[in-house]
Amino acid sequence: MSYAVKNLVQGSRELIAFRIGDQEFCVNIMSVREIRGWTPATPMPHAPSYVRGVINLRGAVLPIVDLSARLGMKDAEPTARHVIIVAQVKSRVVGLLVEAVSDILTITDENIQPVPEVSSDLEKQYARGILAIDKRMICMIELDALFPEKESEAA
Amino acid sequence: MKKKVLTVDDSRTIRNMLLVTLNNAGFETIQAEDGVEGLEVLEDANPDVIVTDINMPRLDGFGFIEGVRRNEKYRAVPILVLTTESDQEKKNRARQAGATGWIVKPFDPAKLIDAIERVTA
Amino acid sequence: MDMNEIKEIFFQECEEQLAELESGLLKLNDGDRDPETVNAVFRAVHSIKGGAGAFGLDDLVSFAHVFETTLDCVRSGKLEPGPDVLKVMLKSADVLADLVSASRDGGSVDESRSRGLVKELEALANGELPSSSGAEAPRAASKPAARAAPVPEEALKPTDESGFQPIPFTFDGFGEDEEPALEGSVYDVTFKPRRELYSKGNEAALLLRDLSRLGEMSIACDMDALPALDKMDPEASYFAWKISVKTTRSEDDIRAVFEFAEWDCDLEVRLAEETPSDEEQPMIPVPFDLSILDGASEAEEEDKAVEQAAAEEAAAAAVSAAETAASVAKAAGAAARAAEKKESAASAAAAAAAAQNNAAAASAGQTIRVDLDRVDRLINLVGELVINQAMLSQSVIENDTTGTSSINMGLEELQQLTREIQDSVMAIRAQPVKPVFQRMSRIVREVADMVGKQIRLITEGENTEVDKTVIDKLAEPLTHMIRNAVDHGIETPEKREAAGKNPEGTVRLSAKHRSGRILIELADDGAGINRERVRQKAIDNDLIAADANLSDDEIDNLIFMPGFSTADKISDISGRGVGMDVVKRSIQALGGRISISSRPGQGSTFTMSLPLTLAVLDGMVVTVAGQTLVVPLTAIVETLQPEASAIHSFGANQRLISIRNSFCPLVDVGRILNFRNTQANPVDGVALLVESEGGGQRALMVDAIQGQRQVVIKSLEANYTHVPGIAAATILGDGRVALILDVDAVVAASRGQSLRPEMALKPEMSLAATG
Repeated sequence: MSYAVKNLVQGSRELIAFRIGDQEFCVNIMSVREIRGWTPATPMPHAPSYVRGVINLRGAVLPIVDLSARLGMKDAEPTARHVIIVAQVKSRVVGLLVEAVSDILTITDENIQPVPEVSSDLEKQYARGILAIDKRMICMIELDALFPEKESEAA
Repeated sequence: MKKKVLTVDDSRTIRNMLLVTLNNAGFETIQAEDGVEGLEVLEDANPDVIVTDINMPRLDGFGFIEGVRRNEKYRAVPILVLTTESDQEKKNRARQAGATGWIVKPFDPAKLIDAIERVTA
Repeated sequence: MDMNEIKEIFFQECEEQLAELESGLLKLNDGDRDPETVNAVFRAVHSIKGGAGAFGLDDLVSFAHVFETTLDCVRSGKLEPGPDVLKVMLKSADVLADLVSASRDGGSVDESRSRGLVKELEALANGELPSSSGAEAPRAASKPAARAAPVPEEALKPTDESGFQPIPFTFDGFGEDEEPALEGSVYDVTFKPRRELYSKGNEAALLLRDLSRLGEMSIACDMDALPALDKMDPEASYFAWKISVKTTRSEDDIRAVFEFAEWDCDLEVRLAEETPSDEEQPMIPVPFDLSILDGASEAEEEDKAVEQAAAEEAAAAAVSAAETAASVAKAAGAAARAAEKKESAASAAAAAAAAQNNAAAASAGQTIRVDLDRVDRLINLVGELVINQAMLSQSVIENDTTGTSSINMGLEELQQLTREIQDSVMAIRAQPVKPVFQRMSRIVREVADMVGKQIRLITEGENTEVDKTVIDKLAEPLTHMIRNAVDHGIETPEKREAAGKNPEGTVRLSAKHRSGRILIELADDGAGINRERVRQKAIDNDLIAADANLSDDEIDNLIFMPGFSTADKISDISGRGVGMDVVKRSIQALGGRISISSRPGQGSTFTMSLPLTLAVLDGMVVTVAGQTLVVPLTAIVETLQPEASAIHSFGANQRLISIRNSFCPLVDVGRILNFRNTQANPVDGVALLVESEGGGQRALMVDAIQGQRQVVIKSLEANYTHVPGIAAATILGDGRVALILDVDAVVAASRGQSLRPEMALKPEMSLAATG
């Protein structure tokens, strides 16, 4: 399934919120290509632990990242209910393994609170803000910061 | 009825220019890439006038003209030589081979049409 | 098609001509003296000049012209294409290439360089032939000077006695020239065509028509030479004309009308002293009928109408005269057509024979140009087809147990067809490596020039074909390696002489097919790798331990390590400080491998082995630690079921397998890839005997063989990164991704500790956090 971009109010943006464990995160909907169910991935040798492996996405090889592990939390134990958010990160396409997609949010910049000082380096690196919606706390993630380009491409 | 022009030139660029120019001027154009092909298509083409380059692989313009002139049916068909050289020696050889006239390159559509009109009724 | 498209074609053609030019010059440089080689070289420059002229690319034209003039001297044998001459010519070819690029992409060319070469070329052209062949006489001066002295006017004056019958013409019906020439001068033109004029396709009547367009004109036709009908030679020329034309144009304009005919006629153009008097030439206006020139041509309908309306009795003679003149030419064709069918047939046969002689060449050269995108789209689709076919087969096998059904047969046929389609499509992309090799010769020239070395590039196997993508991506690493070879590999002429070598160094670039891959070798006869220095450098850069015990081969291969650069100074030539590690990475990205072997004082040889295509691969599908892997079939020598007695422990954790009395190291693929931590028992699995690039055999241990199949190669790098030990990925019939093993990398990793960093577990992975 995919989400069409609605008419956006000036200064507002749409985000996809998802759950990992008991936490909620969200990413800009513009970077999300599609959301699909979990399928077992082919493990990659010498890959970091958060890389679950690769799957076939209509003929292309798509790496699957366990977002929980990538964010420094415990490794996911994927079930049939888990979903893969297929996201565009710079020039590449990456599958993000999360527990479930929870919401589509339309927010304005005023809704975004700065990341508190308490955060560790890892959180500082990817967290771009905190949203308070219906007493929930949703952490806004910057995917580009989470997955830097290959060195060779950056050079 | 449209007048038929057979052009013989190994340069794709020039062939295309000839084609565009001649078609725009209302001629029917048949093209060959070198002298050998020129002689091959001659019978079927049955041209009213021939425009040929000199420097070509396999069979050059001189050889091609001689070949055309040897063919009884086309011994009097006007043949114009496209030549980059304005030097007399080349023209002379072309004439000896049986060329009717020449068009000095750089290729200029007006010059081409003018020369064709000069040698055709 | 518009001019921009034609211009695009022109530049494409230029590329081809430049390649032709360079390869021809290189052939000449190698002593080839085939006139056709020289001709081809000349034609290449000539064609570029011709096209450039049409587009007004003046810089290109003028350089090409000088170049062409010098080449013409070679062609005519006036200039011997010795090494010095060819050196200038090769440089000129480079400049010409630069001028073409500059014309296409904008930008400029080093003018001092091109000017210098123009001088050198001119010197070459003039050096041996002081009376330059390139001297272009202005047209006026080029007219034959020794033309027969003008016949005294008196002699030409029509007199009744001589049978000169003045037949007056006037002209109308030519719109633009209808107004009387104001204040014009009157020229007397005498024009007597010779028979050659007609045999070259010119026609007197057409010339007269053109002349008439210059102004008001009257014509007298001299038919005196006309013999009796039975004596008449249909191809002879019997008429002469005396024309009086009143025009505002110059004498040169009048002569220009006869430009094509001047060699085949007696022509005289003189300013008349007086306006012709009445008594001299009684003028009876008669329309000049042009339509008779071409009875079949409807194009002249208008003229015909004019003619019919104005046909007067006085015209009869004139018309018949013109008609005869015209028909001489036409009739020649018609008469001969009937009379000489035989000869015509003969000449047709000769042409056919000539055509046949060239048939091979023609068919070899018959090509169409296709947009690469279209081919790639096709290739992708066929790739999908292959995967789908495999998936279909698999599900049929899973669901159908009868095994002999017509579905199975149909599937087999489908598989066959798919395979054939795929092969054919791949063949479309296959191209000879020639263009890349040719580019290298320029780089050798330029770099050698820059560093003051004498270097000869020898290329072999230029026609070896490989996928276009491979060719395209080969250029950069190859360029870098060639620069290295010239800059660092080959010594200066002085050093070489001191070492008792030929002062001219040799770089040899060769390509050949070997077991389903293309093997490219770059060898120089330079000093070889300075192992002491390489070793020191590696220690300095913390690449190896100071006390590391490395073999010569291992030291040589250190130059491929990231962060290694042998050059103490980063020179302009070797460029941007790019190291051999980048070269290695680009070769690996192509699914290729590179290795070096070097002998001190004798030179170094780089060997690259690349897949012929980046799209498909014949593989053996195997199971390793529960994972499905594909091993390229080309790497596998044989497969065997190890027996316990054949396995021997060796040292701490090495095992060897004895095969026909020789011992071969066992490589546990599952461990190398970190799929498991414990050693697999060889007896439970299968050994794949592989031959690796560095030489020597290894036995790769896998758990089981699933089968063989052609797989479509999918890039891992597109969305992920290069994975050591893995060449690429593919999608199997069950829709899952399987990894394709990089056999050489696995073997290299198994070989020893020293090169291990290459297979490092440290995640240089793209998905790693940089924070």
